[in-house]
Amino acid sequence: MTIDWTRNETLVALVILAFGALAALSDPGFLSIATLTDLLRGGIVLGIFATGVLVVLISGGIDVSFTAVAAFTMYATAMVLNAVAPWMPWWAALMLGAALGAALGAINGVLIAGLGLPTLIVTLGTLSVFRGFMLTFVGQRQITTLPPGMREFGRMMLVRGENPDGSIWSLHAGILVTAGVIALTWFILHRTLLGRQVFAIGGSEESARRIGIPVRRVQFLVYVYVGALAGLAGMIHASMARVANPFDLVGLELSVIAAVVLGGARLAGGYGTLTGTVLGVALIVLVRNSLIVLGIPSTWQSVAIGLLILIGTGLPAWQARRAARRAA
Amino acid sequence: MTPLPAPRPLSRLIGSPEGRLGIIAVTVFVVMAALSPDRFLSAANMTSMAFQFPEFAILALAMTVTMLTGGIDLSVVGIANLSAIVAAMIMTRLTGDGTGLVLLALAASLGVGLLAGLLNGVLIAALGLPPILATLGSGLIFTGLAVALTGGSAVMGLPPAMAWIGNSTTLGIPTPLILFALLALGISLMLTRTAFGVTLRMYGANPLAARFAAIDVGGMLVRVYVLSGALAAVAGMLVMSRANSAKADYGSSYLLLAVLIAVLGGVNPYGGYGRIIGVVLAVLSMQFLSSGLNMLGVSNFARELIWGSLLIFVMIVNTRRPRA
Amino acid sequence: MSDAIQPPAPPEALITLDGVTKTYAGITALDAVGFSIRAGEAVCLAGENGSGKSTLIKILAGVERPNRGRVLIDGRPAEGLTPRAAGQAGIKVIFQDFSLFPNLSVAENIAFSAELGAGTRLVRRARAGDLARATLARIGVAIPLDARVETLPVAHKQLVAIARALATEARLIIMDEPTTALTEREVRVLLGIIRRLKADGVAVLFVSHKLAEVLEVCEHVVVLRNGAKVAEGPARDFDAASLTRHMTGRAVGGQAPAPLAEGAPELMRVEGLGKAGAFADVSFSLRAGEVLGVSGLLGSGRTALAKALFGLVRPDAGRIAVADRAVPPGDPLAAARAGIGYVPEDRLTEGLFLTQSIAQNVAVGRLDAHAGAGGVLDLRGLLAEARDWLGRLSVKAPDPDAAVRSLSGGNQQRVVLARWMARSPRVLILNGPSVGVDVGSKAEIHGIIADLAAQGLGVIVISDDLPELLGTCHRILVMKAGRVTEAIAAGGVTEADLAHRLAS
Repeated sequence: MTIDWTRNETLVALVILAFGALAALSDPGFLSIATLTDLLRGGIVLGIFATGVLVVLISGGIDVSFTAVAAFTMYATAMVLNAVAPWMPWWAALMLGAALGAALGAINGVLIAGLGLPTLIVTLGTLSVFRGFMLTFVGQRQITTLPPGMREFGRMMLVRGENPDGSIWSLHAGILVTAGVIALTWFILHRTLLGRQVFAIGGSEESARRIGIPVRRVQFLVYVYVGALAGLAGMIHASMARVANPFDLVGLELSVIAAVVLGGARLAGGYGTLTGTVLGVALIVLVRNSLIVLGIPSTWQSVAIGLLILIGTGLPAWQARRAARRAA
Repeated sequence: MTPLPAPRPLSRLIGSPEGRLGIIAVTVFVVMAALSPDRFLSAANMTSMAFQFPEFAILALAMTVTMLTGGIDLSVVGIANLSAIVAAMIMTRLTGDGTGLVLLALAASLGVGLLAGLLNGVLIAALGLPPILATLGSGLIFTGLAVALTGGSAVMGLPPAMAWIGNSTTLGIPTPLILFALLALGISLMLTRTAFGVTLRMYGANPLAARFAAIDVGGMLVRVYVLSGALAAVAGMLVMSRANSAKADYGSSYLLLAVLIAVLGGVNPYGGYGRIIGVVLAVLSMQFLSSGLNMLGVSNFARELIWGSLLIFVMIVNTRRPRA
Repeated sequence: MSDAIQPPAPPEALITLDGVTKTYAGITALDAVGFSIRAGEAVCLAGENGSGKSTLIKILAGVERPNRGRVLIDGRPAEGLTPRAAGQAGIKVIFQDFSLFPNLSVAENIAFSAELGAGTRLVRRARAGDLARATLARIGVAIPLDARVETLPVAHKQLVAIARALATEARLIIMDEPTTALTEREVRVLLGIIRRLKADGVAVLFVSHKLAEVLEVCEHVVVLRNGAKVAEGPARDFDAASLTRHMTGRAVGGQAPAPLAEGAPELMRVEGLGKAGAFADVSFSLRAGEVLGVSGLLGSGRTALAKALFGLVRPDAGRIAVADRAVPPGDPLAAARAGIGYVPEDRLTEGLFLTQSIAQNVAVGRLDAHAGAGGVLDLRGLLAEARDWLGRLSVKAPDPDAAVRSLSGGNQQRVVLARWMARSPRVLILNGPSVGVDVGSKAEIHGIIADLAAQGLGVIVISDDLPELLGTCHRILVMKAGRVTEAIAAGGVTEADLAHRLAS
């Protein structure tokens, strides 16, 4: 297998290995099943978010409102289910969440695809609209008793086992949802015409228009998709946390975008792989959960992620600039 | 080609984006006054508003200059807080005569702002990072450093001299207002009367043509982000003076507000168009709206909702209306 | 049509344009243009750059809609034609800028339209690969199917664009300047393909300003000038001279530049300049008052060379010296300080700040010169100087504060020239100086070039407009695949001969 040293994926994989090695040196107990399942658990929600953001970036746009979509969805859905349909099974609840997320995403879609407004500023606006609406009109108090469907999902473990010290490690079933989302997205991006159209639009919107690609329709669907994924992620987050806290999730946007961008997706559009995104998520989860092991206090977490973003995107940008200077 | 008939004064006012903003500012004022006449129109409220808006107005100025180049500075709030915390720590850790210490701390705070802006400028100009990514990452670092330095809590116990800037009046006018007016005037003159300012605007209008015209694009970009960083530091100092403390998460809603004001003020986020008078009118509109909503008992969250909706609404209107 | 036995009924025209007019912000790009294309017929649309050809193509492709007039397909008006509808009607376009997806592979680019048209939801790589391979074989070209298009040299990109149009069933194929990057051999293959398409009943609209190609392949010729149709008829009724006359509106110039003064000092010397992947080992010297032409196919390295001389591209090897002082490479500011100026190829995206005023566009190069203490500008002096230069270059601009996009192409080009002239350059590099400029302005710009030379500047003209090169340059450098293959003296070659030397 030839290793391409210039690709983001390779660099990120190396950093993960280095991090893991350093952590193992600091704390021999680091390399254990417990740590692995912890990390996997941390990546469940982040992974679904990142997959959606990847699709948006490939299409040439950006979305910072997805955490607000997730929070709104999980809070509103939990409230509605408790009040109106507590009998709903877990899978239907999750799908309902995805549907609500899709509807919110459609609002972004109309503004961006339909009216052609700039993506960053519009999603900054909808972030505030969704969050403000939820906190003003839906409620501000945590929902500590979730509907039974969500509670059931929160308890679902794929495997569990016992640690040497007697404590239990477990791998939440949510990881299967994340894996499913990744697989579905891979299929859409690489095996369907729609996915190729997303790449095409990201590569050159004007050329896409000229050969007859329905650019606005595809862009609209992209934002609906990321909304649906965000809604799903929000539901899973609440289920796993056993509580629907409307103040959760917002603030994660930067980590998610960092993960996707570290994995090689370009802000300008047209480029990005799921492998890279998964690796990026893995690195971010590692950083968020394991700085302690390296002796770095959690207050430095933001700095670490910020540095990662800058180095992880700065290096390739600098290389690209040097390559462009070398080219004609 | 026959010349068009001279436009009537009213239609000329409506035709220009700044004219429309003037109308909006006046309208918001009148509506808010009508909804809470006793409290809104009181001298206390007027004074209070005049003390409140300069801090986010200066952040809006920072956002404006970077947007004029087609970029954006998402790290302004992070820089404001970090520089304020550095100043606060100097003032609380070192002992010394009040005014001298305050001046030292302010100088240090400005230095932090300049350095932070320099980092942004280098990332964007030399490495070629997109401004969104560069300032997203650097903003995280600045906020993170602020958290790391303070452990997340506020730095309090500032010398009384510090409170002067944000809370005093000079010749009867609130000092922050004078500060903002001077900065706004200075930047407006800079944009129209200096080589740096003209270069900035031309680059925003067409970055490619600027390179082909042998303009020092890299130098200009670095200076723009350094300026933005310095302005952010000044804003942070005002916040600290009025709150009499410094904290890593002050003004977190100010980022959205700064973007909103710039966009409302007619600055084109893709670069190339924007006037300071428009930003000033937008600042006033937002302050009237904010104070008025406060008096109506509207919660912070509802305010967030209104700001977000306003941002989107303004974008739609600006896109619909063809640029003159 | 020929005098063969008439068919029982006149064949319905495949495509008819009827009084098509298109305006952009006050500029008339097309003025009541009408003609027909029949199945199996090759029609050539001849005209200079800026004559309206691109706009007409965009209308036929459904990318733009006419302000007046209509397009008829099979005799029926096509209301609100979109790119998708045009594609379904069998209209395929090869755009001048190729309109490819740089981030996708060759196979995917070629097969995309086919996949779109077939309405399939799922993508099968094998199917796309087969189609791509077959289509490339038809053109007789081998390009790696998995290569990302952005990594390809220009000629290959053009071939991929051609393949894409051929990949699906077409009834009309529109080719907009499809041979700008191709060698004579490749052009020959393309012309052969066009003949086969015609035999299959496919119509071809061949847009070009290269006269020899135009006359060789078409039955019918339509000539546009300044947006209006000025001539139409069977190809055999035209020859190079008459075509030129219709396209330009004046008799073929045949003028040569004033001879170079003896003993003119050397102004610029280039030695062994090279840039990996673009050009290599370029050496020449430019004397004061000399106009040097550089030409070659698209992709021959001529634009990269021009950019390297101005520092927009950093050369890997060689030296540039102006008036015996070395110019630091790869730095446009240093080049400008050394007295080199560059007027870019695409004035709309590379040369002008469209939303800014005319005066600002001229003054932007002189900001530092008029800046006093603290960078404060002497606005009065700056603008007075700008207005002075506008006058000297005869820019028709009654209001220098109006946005520069309100000017015509010719006047816009003069604004860019004025900007550089205000900096008193020693050497001026002009890349495509009269592209998209109306005929009258073109002649005047050529006059300006002659004036510049007379004033003692050295001028380098990059162009593929052969009459322009022959009419303005003392010497012409021919570039092929990155190397200067010959230097031709003015008057030493005819246009046909030069065309042959460029493309063989």
